[in-house]
Amino acid sequence: MDKILRVDMGAKGGPKFRTEPVGEFAGLGGRAMTTAIISREVHPLCHPLGAENKLVIAPGSLSGTAAAMSGRISVGCKSPLTGGIKESNAGGQAAQVLARLGYAAIVLEGKPEGDDLYKIFINKDGVEVSVDNSLKNLPNYPLIEKLKGQYSDRAAYMTIGTAGEMKLLAASIACTDPEKRPTRHCGRGGTGAVMGAKRVKAIILDDTGLKMRPPKDPEKFKDANRRFVEGLRKHPITGEGLPAYGTNVLTNVLNEAGAYPTNNFRAGRFEDAAKISGEVLAELEVKRGGLATHGCHRGCVIQCSGVYVDKDGKYVTKQPEYETVWAHGGNCGIADLDVIARLDFLDDNFGVDTMDTGAAVGVAMEAGLIPFGDGPGAIRLVEEIGKGTPLGRILGCGAAVTGKVFGVERVPVCKGQAMAAYDPRSVMGIGVTYATSPMGADHTAGYSVGPNILKSGGDLDPHKPEGQVEMSRNLQIATAAVDSTGMCLFIAFPLLDLPETFVALLDMISAFHGVTTTGDDVTALGKSILKMERDFNTRAGFTKHDDRLPRFFLKEPIPPHNITFQVTDDDLDTVFNW
Amino acid sequence: MRVTVKLFATFRKGRFDMEVRIVPPGSTVSRIVEDARVPESEIGILLVNGRHSNRMRELADGDTVAIFPLVGGG
Repeated sequence: MDKILRVDMGAKGGPKFRTEPVGEFAGLGGRAMTTAIISREVHPLCHPLGAENKLVIAPGSLSGTAAAMSGRISVGCKSPLTGGIKESNAGGQAAQVLARLGYAAIVLEGKPEGDDLYKIFINKDGVEVSVDNSLKNLPNYPLIEKLKGQYSDRAAYMTIGTAGEMKLLAASIACTDPEKRPTRHCGRGGTGAVMGAKRVKAIILDDTGLKMRPPKDPEKFKDANRRFVEGLRKHPITGEGLPAYGTNVLTNVLNEAGAYPTNNFRAGRFEDAAKISGEVLAELEVKRGGLATHGCHRGCVIQCSGVYVDKDGKYVTKQPEYETVWAHGGNCGIADLDVIARLDFLDDNFGVDTMDTGAAVGVAMEAGLIPFGDGPGAIRLVEEIGKGTPLGRILGCGAAVTGKVFGVERVPVCKGQAMAAYDPRSVMGIGVTYATSPMGADHTAGYSVGPNILKSGGDLDPHKPEGQVEMSRNLQIATAAVDSTGMCLFIAFPLLDLPETFVALLDMISAFHGVTTTGDDVTALGKSILKMERDFNTRAGFTKHDDRLPRFFLKEPIPPHNITFQVTDDDLDTVFNW
Repeated sequence: MRVTVKLFATFRKGRFDMEVRIVPPGSTVSRIVEDARVPESEIGILLVNGRHSNRMRELADGDTVAIFPLVGGG
């Protein structure tokens, strides 16, 4: 990974590309790379859909190696959803393939005039940027069907659906899984709209003829990877719960804890939650002939995904994630897994974030467009997004826009981005992360749910403000660093609970680069990333008043525990003091 | 007194999803855990009426005890 591909989509006479040495960005991967390039090269006041914005795609620093779990790809830009800096990452095959091709980043710059739609093909022999208007208006599934006949079986695809072409603010970038299904999405923050603004429909990555990236010290690397995998297998979350039940194992936990946002954050418990729980989902998948255990990329040893099929055994979608089951399920009062799976498919097909879309539907229900619990109605609403009707475009721009258009006060967003499946009143730690993350409300940015609810990585009372700021700070620092390695964030559970697994990861990084890496180096990297992101947002006009939850979380107690968010504004302002 | 006991994830295998147990007044969470034959060392999350609890807590009539192995996701 010693080069960067820059494609100027707005060049006179058509897109031009150049490959340059990685230079000052050497050694960076994933979020560290996307954030470094965006913060240095993008004007913070630019229009996110304009020529000045850039879309940076970067594999993690360990992607493309034999390291287990190293298949996350980061996409960065100025977000059209939040107006701040964005990094959104996904699994799938793209990270491994792009890293083996030797690119530390692809940077899409400028903006073409006219209506032509482009695809970019990269293999060991070089780069090809070509017009392909036959791809126009294709949703992700038919798009991949059309493309995959034209390229090698090893190719990985990064694409936008119709939502990206329409530049909707919740548009995602899809990455194909090992079966070439467009199921793994850089969902958050509207990165798909930026790709759409640059008129790039598909990036096709083919690593035919290329090998895994070799470590500097192969023996030590192999040994460290073995110890790392051992830790993942040994820990009950990554070795047992996630493979058996997937991420949706959390539905029952959060619901029992009274922290499961129900009917657009009106209550913390959903009476039908059991019907859409991970236990029921896994059983149904197995019974119908789907899969309850599946990896989103080769080299994954956790295998938290699955394949959801209908009652006739026909493929519907990948196993919907916990956040999706919540956003389209309990958040909308819907307790039908077939409806939720259909919505997951529609989101993936049109290319929108399942969280912001589900939250937008919840807000639309609050506004009275359809009642809570109306599954067929929710499907009709999301189908509007695919059709590009005015209503569909509103919903496809996420919960914040939908709330404004329909005059709804209870809109669960921070910096314009929808919250995830944890109510910040009954999980105060995640409230700190929602409020302060430079990304907007993003549960993955500092997953305080671990120590608050799951009792992994620490033990804090979720109903008390004490200790939450420090916990969120430390998790945000650690996460920024993990997001730079290409590692799946789920490694954090064993990493935080098993010291020897953390050492194994450090040893693996050290053996790969041939330079000793310590825990302090990891912390310093995380801090430097957050500092760049905060600085970009400040220059983009953000102030401490943007690091707040919507006021209703401070005013409306949530049942069953009847509590409000209690971390003070002054305390929130200290999250990034280190 | 009546206590509702809920088991989740792998703890359901060979046991039950939810049962109402009659236990003597003054019983603790430990008693429920023993009754359900859940290995103590594998317990990740223990909730009584939706709040985290320890095993020594005395239960009251009508309480709900939820027992999970260590689980995570997100």
